[in-house]
Amino acid sequence: MSEIEQVPVSMTVNGKKVQRFVEPRTLLIHFLREELNLTGPHIGCETSHCGACTVEVDGMSVKSCTLFAVQANGAELTTIEGMANADGTLSALQEGFRQMHGLQCGFCTPGMILRAHTLLKETPNPTEEEIRMGISGNLCRCTGYQNIVKAIQYAAAKLNGTDFQEAAE
Amino acid sequence: MEGFERDETFLHRAFGPEIFRAEGGRSKDVIPGEFTYHRPASVAEAVAILASHGDEARPLSGGHSLIPMMKLRMAAPEHLVDLGGIADLKGIDEDGGTITIRAMTTQHELIASDLLAGKLPIIRETSLLIADPQIRYVGTLGGNVANGDPGNDMPALMQCLNATYVLTGPDGERDVAARDFYEAAYFTALAPEEILTAVKIPVPPAGHGFAYEKLKRKVGDYATAAAAVVLTKSGGTVATCSIALTNVADTPLFAADASDIVAGSTLDDDTIKLAVAAAEAITEPASDGRGPAEYRTKMAGIMVRRALARASERANG
Repeated sequence: MSEIEQVPVSMTVNGKKVQRFVEPRTLLIHFLREELNLTGPHIGCETSHCGACTVEVDGMSVKSCTLFAVQANGAELTTIEGMANADGTLSALQEGFRQMHGLQCGFCTPGMILRAHTLLKETPNPTEEEIRMGISGNLCRCTGYQNIVKAIQYAAAKLNGTDFQEAAE
Repeated sequence: MEGFERDETFLHRAFGPEIFRAEGGRSKDVIPGEFTYHRPASVAEAVAILASHGDEARPLSGGHSLIPMMKLRMAAPEHLVDLGGIADLKGIDEDGGTITIRAMTTQHELIASDLLAGKLPIIRETSLLIADPQIRYVGTLGGNVANGDPGNDMPALMQCLNATYVLTGPDGERDVAARDFYEAAYFTALAPEEILTAVKIPVPPAGHGFAYEKLKRKVGDYATAAAAVVLTKSGGTVATCSIALTNVADTPLFAADASDIVAGSTLDDDTIKLAVAAAEAITEPASDGRGPAEYRTKMAGIMVRRALARASERANG
């Protein structure tokens, strides 16, 4: 096969414009981790099952292992590196995961938080069922999900200015 | 389209477990082969690129079937034609009793559509059972029906609804009925230089009953068996009925005999038994991780039974 030409890709990642030349076959997750040094999005299964590579692309939760970087040309992206507040304090979701023990090993957390971020934008007051279905594309092998659900409920309450009531178990 | 599970089963069956074994500590299924990337702005331009490269080119819609296959090097197109930049391939509209859904409309957009929620609610019900939220943001109706994967849910639904696919090639458009489109697993009536550009669905009468029943092992899984039912009732009798089955043969199955048995009946127990038997009779499932063939045939029957009951409850008349 003849040599494949690199193509220009530009996108806005966590508010910052970036431009690179990439091989068309470069997957978005590799672009983020290897070109931009954003190693928050994790490589888990690489088969679009586990959700550890989830990032936000133009307001959609996307598994970045199953998208070519060129497909995201011109898009606005958010990764876990862009989740903290401007003053460096934790965002509501990050705080929720910390307060509610929504992580143990932490491997799934960047994907979980990015998925929850988009979910709460679309559904600011989710029911528990909506949260569980909303994160059904993200696997966690530590927590049993219970505390992740609580973390998202905590964040929803905080963002809505209401009190978080921990449900009795 | 729907994550990777079905392809995995298929590959496992075809090549054995070695296909998934890591090599030198690093998984083999990581990096796709090289290709030239095209991002045309019009259908005509996309078709011209496909026509000039023949078998070496593939269209890319949501990519959630094709990209995993490319990572495994089971697909290695030299030219990838990304349909994502073609504005004409987006959108849902209604014209004179027909709803047209353009090919690059995502599952997420199908779920969010008020028009579909009002006129064709079975599409939302089915879309919500496909894969997971992330994949539904990206996966498209066109890719789901055009790929020819018998595990996909939309093909049987489109057969149930008697949809027509619009195929656009160098010589213009042609229409192919969803019931005539599927030839074998991954083999369809679509020619290499054609793109499936739209799906046209006749709107069922207001008050129709509908149900998509899908048995799966977990969220994101392909169906062990699934059934789509649309029916209308009049004076307590079923006036019309349409049944189709997912993932219990090499292709989606329109269950014509079972549909005919139900039409004109009051959905009494004997009719249901006959219809279930007629539906089971046309299945030819593989034995795989979802169960032995006999089990999947029986589950297809159970899905038909449940879908008939729920569709009947929902129907007016």
